[in-house]
Formats: sequence, structure tokens, C-alpha cells
Amino acid sequence: MPTGPLIYRQRMLTRLTHWLWAISLFFLMLTGLQIFNAFPSLHIGQESGFDYDNAILSIGAVETPDGLRGMTRAFGWEFDTTGLFGVSGGEVRAFPAWATIPSHTSLATGRVVHFFFAWVLVGTLAVWAAASLWNGHARELVPTVQDLRDLPRDVADHARLRIHHGQRYGVLQKLAYAAVLFGLLPLMILTGLCMSPSFNATAPWLLDLFGGRQTARTIHFVVMVLLVGFFIVHMLMILLAGPLNELRSIVTGWYRIDGERE
Amino acid sequence: MNRRGLLALGGAMALSGCKVLDGLTDTDHPLRNVMEAANGLTWRTQRLLSGDRLAPEFTAADIRQGMKPNGTINPADADYQALAAGGFVDWRLEVTGAVENPASYSLAQLQAMPSRTQITRHDCVEGWSCIAKWQGTPLRLILDAARPTRDARFVVFHCMDTIERSLSGLVKYYESHDFRDATHPQTILAWAMNDAPLPVANGAPLRLRVERALGYKMAKYIHRIEVVAGLEGFGRGHGSYWADKGYDWYAGI
Repeated sequence: MPTGPLIYRQRMLTRLTHWLWAISLFFLMLTGLQIFNAFPSLHIGQESGFDYDNAILSIGAVETPDGLRGMTRAFGWEFDTTGLFGVSGGEVRAFPAWATIPSHTSLATGRVVHFFFAWVLVGTLAVWAAASLWNGHARELVPTVQDLRDLPRDVADHARLRIHHGQRYGVLQKLAYAAVLFGLLPLMILTGLCMSPSFNATAPWLLDLFGGRQTARTIHFVVMVLLVGFFIVHMLMILLAGPLNELRSIVTGWYRIDGERE
Repeated sequence: MNRRGLLALGGAMALSGCKVLDGLTDTDHPLRNVMEAANGLTWRTQRLLSGDRLAPEFTAADIRQGMKPNGTINPADADYQALAAGGFVDWRLEVTGAVENPASYSLAQLQAMPSRTQITRHDCVEGWSCIAKWQGTPLRLILDAARPTRDARFVVFHCMDTIERSLSGLVKYYESHDFRDATHPQTILAWAMNDAPLPVANGAPLRLRVERALGYKMAKYIHRIEVVAGLEGFGRGHGSYWADKGYDWYAGI
């Protein structure tokens, strides 16, 4: 654990936007799964094939002599996923009750909550982007040439679970945060907008960019899975780096570092 | 609190979070009403951004399958069945409400008017999409001929299909649009689909196409168009069968 001095590491705006994102993404994901459950398959192209097959993933249920079984089909492979996907809690539903908001089936409610938090996410990201470009925080997330030289060592240190507590972000940290803030979240918003028939009239080029509404829907889902992956690694790193120190820095801004102040 | 305690707390919050919010399904829930304000923001923002821009249109090569029917696919209503049995020759479209010139059209009269043909993508609120070719009479022509009065703000579409049999009686499907969408160049009263007369499953004899909205905004089995100043008097007052069920009235996303 770090034994150096406490430094003021996270600005108020960074902390506030961090928690607004955390809350928004929590609701967006669970209402998103509610919305996905209304049509639990992912397709490539402009439309969903009913008379032909352009699905890469579909979740369904089949009646067997042993009762209802949940089946998940991905890229031609089929898996029995009873209890998790397709059939859970004795009912037919793609994602189980504990993974959706509301827990029972209500597409209308899922949409109301989803679009409310979509606005919160977009608003927060816009404020953060403007402020961070202004005060230089955005630059703290961009790896420098020196950072890239240090990359192999940072990877090796992480592999040995040797976590540094510096005054600045490490290069892997920068890459992870930048990928989410400049990559995944904008991609999420754009693919979400690409599913809107009204926004398709406003910006038809989005359909060309993503290769159609159903491809955009598929990308929207894949980005969700990547964000879940980020969340898991994020939690693991906090546990490894010392959760109290990490939590203090994102709640109060104060962070204990290794060694001396720069 | 140690790490394990923290994890357990987080897990419990994640698991119970979903249940805690189950009350939001109640359409009168105060928190839901706050969140629904975002739908109004979406409506205003999308109107501002899209103006009268056209929805993307596709080519004949993009029609790779039949048009998937949804909702009511064969109205059991006796009056509808009688009209369908007669090939809809006795069917009329009534134009009523806040107009100076109420009118009534037969299917043949509508088909004799200038028509518009468009190959567009239908997006269901459930998430699926399907491309089809639609031909019909621009709604704008019908509305212009009816001459809406100055207080006219919405156009209500009354349908022949009973969508629900509840304790309080039969509920017929209905839908409504603001004039921006109602008079949009791609908004047509379609009587043909994929180069054939509109099938019963897809809303024969007449259905609405509003290409910048989700499928439930495109009423099928229409028999009356009513121009109104407000939506309070219909159904539960939210302007459409599905809006009465908690779906957003403006369904542009």
C-alpha cells in the first residue's frame, strides 16, 4: 500500500461526472437488456431477416420432453443456456429477471428509463468534454511518447500485480479511460441514435457508417459487453490497488501516492 | 467495512436495484413521470434536427422478404369482416373534426388521386426492421382538401380493429400525429404494398405510413381521420392505444 503523502488528485467535476456515468450506465445497461428481451436476436444489415437468416446471435426457448429449455444460438453454434438465457425462473425470457429493469417484462417502462438516462449520459459527457478540453484534463488521458516507451514495463508490472500509485495516470490506465471516454461511449451514443428512425432522416450517413440499422443495434450490444468488460477490470484494479484509497480519491479527490510529491 | 463486505453490499444493491424500480411500471408513478419528461425533450430536439428531412429510401433489391405483420393481423370485428368479404367496396374513409370541409372517400376515389410510392424500412418498437414498398395517397392532400381550422393541432386515426377486450368494454386501436408528421411528404395513406393490394394482415384497406416513427404510430384498418385541437377526449388521453399503455406518444426513437 502507498505510504507517501495525500494529494488532491481528482477535481470535483471529474468525481461528479464519474458518478453520473456510473449511475447512468447501470440503468442504461439493465433497461437495455429489458429492451433487448423484446426481440432477443442480433442481425447484420438494414433489416432483421425473417425469411432469410442474417442473425449472429439469437436467444429463444424450445419445448422438450424434459420441459422448456433456453437455447442460445451464436454464429451457427447452439448452446443450452437454461437458467440464464432463454428460460429462467420458470419463464421464457432472454435475459433473466435479475438482469433487467423492471425485473418483469415491461418494454414501455424500460424505454422510459433508458432514454432518461441516455440524456443524462449525453449531457454529462458533453459537460465533461467541454470542461476537460478547457482545463487540460482531457490531455491527462492521452498517452505521451514517454508513456508509450513505458508501455512494456507497465504491462509487466500489472502482470506481476505491482500497482503504482502515482500523481498521474499510468499508461494502461490512460489507454483504458481514453478508450471508454473517446471510443466506447461516443460509439454507444451514435449506434443508439442510428436506431432512431427520426435521426436516420437527420443523419442518413450514420446508416452508411455502421452498415444499417440492425448492424448498429448489434454494435450497440457489443459495446455494452465491452463496457461490462471494462467495469470488471476496473473493479479488479481498484481491489488490487487498495479500494479505500481509490474510493477516497473518487469521492473526496484525495489520493495517497507512493513516494514523494513531484 | 472490509473488501468482502463492500462487494456483498454492491452485489445486493445490484440485485435489488431491479426490484426496487418495479413500481415504475405504474404509469402514474411520480418518478416515472419525471423520467417521461425526457420523451418531450427528445420530441422537441428531433423535430428541431430533422425538420422536414426525408427518411432514407431503399431500392427494389433491398426488398428481400415479405413484410412482417404485427399487432392485429385479422380483425375479428363483424363490421370489418363484412367489409373485407365485399372487397372493401362499401368501405369509406371519413374525414371529420376541426375541418371546414368534412369529406368521405371510397377506396377507388383515394386510388384515383395522385399517389406516392416509397421503399422504406419499418422499425418495430420491439427492435426488428423490415423493408417493403408502399404506395398510397399523401395524407397532406386529404388534409389540405379538408381545410383544418385554426385551432387544429393533431390528427387522430380511428381504426376498425378491436385490440383489447377489457372489463370496461372493447378497445379499438387508435393513433395520432402532430401536423409536422401528418403533412410530411412521405406520410401516406397506403393501399398497396410490394406491388399488390394491401393485405389484411398489414392493415387493408388503408394504413398509415409515417416513415420517421416506430411501427405502432402507423395505424392499420383506418376508417376515420379526425382533426382535433387536443388529445384529451380519446382513450385514456395520451393520444394513442400504446401511449395509453405507457409507451411514448412521440415514437421517433
